[in-house]
Amino acid sequence: MRQSYDRGPVEDFGRWREFTAGMWAWVFHKFTGWVLVGYLFTHVAVLSTATVDGATYTATLQGLEELLVVRFLEVGLLAVAVFHIINGVRLLFVDLGVGLEAQDQAFYAALVLTGAITVGSIPTFLGGI
Amino acid sequence: MSTDVTERESETETEPEAAADAASRPGSSTQQRQESDKRERSAMRERAERELAESDRTVELEVYRYDPDVEGKADPRFDTFPVPFTKGMTVLDALIYARDHFDSSLTFRHSCRQAICGSDALFINGHQRLGCKTQMADLEWPVRVEPLPHAEVRKDLVVDMEHFYDQMEAVEPYFRTDDLPSGDLAEQRQSRQNREKIKMSTRCIWCGACTSSCNIAAGDEEYLGPAAINKAYRFAMDEREGEAMRDHRLNVVEKEHGVWRCQTQFSCTEVCPKDIPLTEHIQELKREAVKRNLKFW
Repeated sequence: MRQSYDRGPVEDFGRWREFTAGMWAWVFHKFTGWVLVGYLFTHVAVLSTATVDGATYTATLQGLEELLVVRFLEVGLLAVAVFHIINGVRLLFVDLGVGLEAQDQAFYAALVLTGAITVGSIPTFLGGI
Repeated sequence: MSTDVTERESETETEPEAAADAASRPGSSTQQRQESDKRERSAMRERAERELAESDRTVELEVYRYDPDVEGKADPRFDTFPVPFTKGMTVLDALIYARDHFDSSLTFRHSCRQAICGSDALFINGHQRLGCKTQMADLEWPVRVEPLPHAEVRKDLVVDMEHFYDQMEAVEPYFRTDDLPSGDLAEQRQSRQNREKIKMSTRCIWCGACTSSCNIAAGDEEYLGPAAINKAYRFAMDEREGEAMRDHRLNVVEKEHGVWRCQTQFSCTEVCPKDIPLTEHIQELKREAVKRNLKFW
């Protein structure tokens, strides 16, 4: 199978246009999962400045929060985390075999909810710049 | 699922003629036969052109062509065939029309034309569907027909199904039991509830659409795939097989490349032409496997 010749457009990434809800949910879940793993490294790095002393930690955090990019990244991080959480709940139900016929609606609901929470968080994250 | 009536007629008309032709010339050489074939083909083409001019709607069929043994076809390409649309025409009908009228070398599998033999699972407009079950009217035109993805193409729309069949055999897809009824003439009865439980899983026609749609099966040769796991479900959930067999079957599916490879993308469930809830069955087998192995005491 895999060692077959190149099928060209049949099996390449161009197929994303034909993805169904469940497939998109899987792709987003993987993507957000990796982003969260990546974030954990920066998270630990920032937190470790507290091992120097309190002042360094405060200075680091204040320095980061002054940057507009970081504020936007925080909004993005929230969006990623919220989607991962809500879709994680959806996957729990899938594992329990509950409401599998509605899994696509559950995915759309997760998207809408993520969007709403992210938009709602913007005043908090971008305020006071 | 409908059968093209006009085309049926043409088949019955031409075949006896050709046979009579060959019979009337006992010493007919290969060359002569080739010539008569050629004449017949051009007659079919003329007929198609007449029909195309007469029909109000024409559907363009873009078909994947590939044949490693023919020089001009070794590089995959798409051929476009115009087909006169008739009410109730399926993709398979259109393919048969194209083959009979334009290019007799167009190769695809089909048999029963009523979605039960499972021969003509194709990649139609980007989804795995049965050609005989897909109405032309329901599709966006032009209709693009390709062989199933993630399988080796032998020729045109024909893919190698050997690996798929191996996977199906791997779960021992036949009824076996140690739990025989006592009397000689006693029947092996199944309860209505149990029959209802496995009902959907018995509908599999081995067309391979689900396995072709599955991302995981594409990347992991050893993964059983949705069809085989569904088969395992059909027997593992059958109460007549008894405890020992059920244990044996769960042992097979809970291996490393069994149910645990499924990532619930629902691709298989979306494409299954028989509407089998494949993901649901895989998930249930996962739960059974956990229940069997996880002990808290």
